[in-house]
Amino acid sequence: MLTFVIRRMIATVFVVFTITVLVFLIFFHTPGVDPARKLAGRNPSPDTIKAIKHQYGLDRPLPVQYLILMKKLFISRDLTSYSNQGQKVVPEIVAATPVTLSLVLGAAVIWVVVSILMGVAAAVLRGTIFDPMLMVLALIGISMPVFWLGEMANLITQDRYHDTFLFSWVPPLGYTPLTQDPVMWFKHLVIPWLVLSVLYIGLYARVLRADLLETENEDYVRTARAKGLSERRVLLRHTLRTSMISFVSLFGLDFGVLVGGGALLVEVVFALPGVGLLTYQSLISLDLPVIMATVIYGAIFIVIANAVVDVGYAWLDPRVRPA
Amino acid sequence: MSGAPLLEVRDLSVSFRTQDGTVHAVDGVSFTVNRGEVLGIVGESGSGKSVTAMTLMRLILDQNAVFSGEVLFQGRDLMQLSQGDMLQVRGKQISMIFQDPMTSLNPVYRVGWQIDEQLRAHEGLSAKQARRRTLELLGAVGIPNPEARIDDYPHQFSGGMRQRVMIAMGLSCNPDVLIADEPTTALDVTIQAQILELIGNLQREFDSAVVLITHDLGVVAEVADRVAVMYAGRIVEYAEVGELFRGPQHPYTWGLLGSISRLDRPRQRRLAAISGQPPSLISLPAGCSFRPRCPFAFDRCRAERPALEARSGPGHLDACLLSADQKQARRAATPEAS
Ligand SMILES: Nc1ncnc2c1ncn2[C@@H]1O[C@H](COP(=O)(O)OP(=O)(O)O)[C@@H](O)[C@H]1O
Ligand SMILES: [Mg+2]
Repeated sequence: MLTFVIRRMIATVFVVFTITVLVFLIFFHTPGVDPARKLAGRNPSPDTIKAIKHQYGLDRPLPVQYLILMKKLFISRDLTSYSNQGQKVVPEIVAATPVTLSLVLGAAVIWVVVSILMGVAAAVLRGTIFDPMLMVLALIGISMPVFWLGEMANLITQDRYHDTFLFSWVPPLGYTPLTQDPVMWFKHLVIPWLVLSVLYIGLYARVLRADLLETENEDYVRTARAKGLSERRVLLRHTLRTSMISFVSLFGLDFGVLVGGGALLVEVVFALPGVGLLTYQSLISLDLPVIMATVIYGAIFIVIANAVVDVGYAWLDPRVRPA
Repeated sequence: MSGAPLLEVRDLSVSFRTQDGTVHAVDGVSFTVNRGEVLGIVGESGSGKSVTAMTLMRLILDQNAVFSGEVLFQGRDLMQLSQGDMLQVRGKQISMIFQDPMTSLNPVYRVGWQIDEQLRAHEGLSAKQARRRTLELLGAVGIPNPEARIDDYPHQFSGGMRQRVMIAMGLSCNPDVLIADEPTTALDVTIQAQILELIGNLQREFDSAVVLITHDLGVVAEVADRVAVMYAGRIVEYAEVGELFRGPQHPYTWGLLGSISRLDRPRQRRLAAISGQPPSLISLPAGCSFRPRCPFAFDRCRAERPALEARSGPGHLDACLLSADQKQARRAATPEAS
């Protein structure tokens, strides 16, 4: 198991390296994209461009450029934004990370708990009217675009019904760090959590229900019943336990994507200053260093999540464990 | 053997409502199992053996299943028990092992844990006691070096070894009846013989009754005391094993006998013992279900459903309308069934 984990970590480092190279090439050497021209402002003279190229190391050979950039990203951490020269990119991402983590972790707790309850309930209640009802509910959750849902939530809680007893507690859009005021942190995040989790609740409940019904036909579930175990134990220890294998791998991937910046729409709608919002702003101003840094940050999270999933998978399923 | 049989099945029928019609999987089956006895149930695939076995355990949860008949066990009719009450019977008084050892164990738990789980469900043992008992059981079913294997996962065992684990699990709570549904079908021939021998030995040692289900008469010849031959959901012949092999009465049994591989005599004609297909269980032919495939069918077989009764001697039941003399004459004329 340990060698497996180590092998997986080496692979992770390699993947991250590949991604940084790709990102570097795409952002700085796509034909037609000239960062120096962007930096130099309107109608620059060739001399200005040359000077800027030199200043940013853009006239050096490719590998050197790459190394300079990586040094600025990972070692000196002083890569600066192009559109706002005083702004250092890495500290900004570091500051945005807890916001995104708060958002995604909270939503993840909600969607895991609720989707397990819904999936199990639907599977147990199959043959009754509740199973299709739950699944239609899940489908509705899947079909609602998250930005629309977010805007609706804002409209209701910030505007139309804000002055009623139901939503008067909702603070204005924004974020308060957990360390500063936990209650405020919670109030700011509850609605974004719910909005973000709706889609995943629907998806996960449906996937889990299908998986449970499939597992129900497995011979070992029949064996578990033949042993004289209670229905409850058969469900929790046998059917649900093996269905969790695919549930958890799905979760790891989605979680990685969301922490890696995938919660962008929710962060924008609720004005949460997370990595997604940072990416969004840098995209609008085509701020290459920030875009590149957030992409690499996201890639690193997704790759790490992948590695965690693989290890978790081996932990959950002895068959894939290396002997 | 004292008085009443251990397990008595009376006129058991199971049908499934499906879109195409009602499948009569088991149709009026009766048999008894005595303490310490091995009853073989033999029949082609699809003849209702597994449905019968699963029904005894009340393991058929299909909403579309319709049951009738009685399963008397220790003075109670299991068919009338609630699923809650069945939990005390399953795994404790009647246990079951299945055809495919590769898929019958849960892949995510260690084999020892899976046996412990059953012990703890029924015997109220501590974790330590359960583990000690599991080790004993694994030894008893012939798993070499049980201390080293108890914490292995199912995929680390071969098919034969997994079936041994299943047998250990089945016997773990000293059941009165062990139902083995084609326990050797998925295994290769040499392993088959070992597993059968093991079941025979353990049956004597644990003094359990065994219901051994198979499609192979050769298998029951090895271990069974009595045999029920099933065809299309009904029992067509029921006799003590020696009696069945000496004087089989039903033409279907002759066909099955013809398809046993025997080493002691040259094969006269290759299998084609029973031509044709088993009937659809949705629309069974009137009269005898075997008639369409029976080379000896005559007028009465079309009109009259033959009852399972003693026609050739006490204790030997069959469901064929031919007289005992006619049967003897016809069988003598059929080379592969002699
Ligand atoms: N849940 C079910 N629904 C419909 N038909 C079934 C069901 N279970 C079993 N059957 C049918 O019952 C018949 C007997 O099956 P089975 O007892 O498994 O045969 P076997 O003798 O091979 O064990 C088969 O024709 C099978 O298709
Ligand atoms: Mg079967």
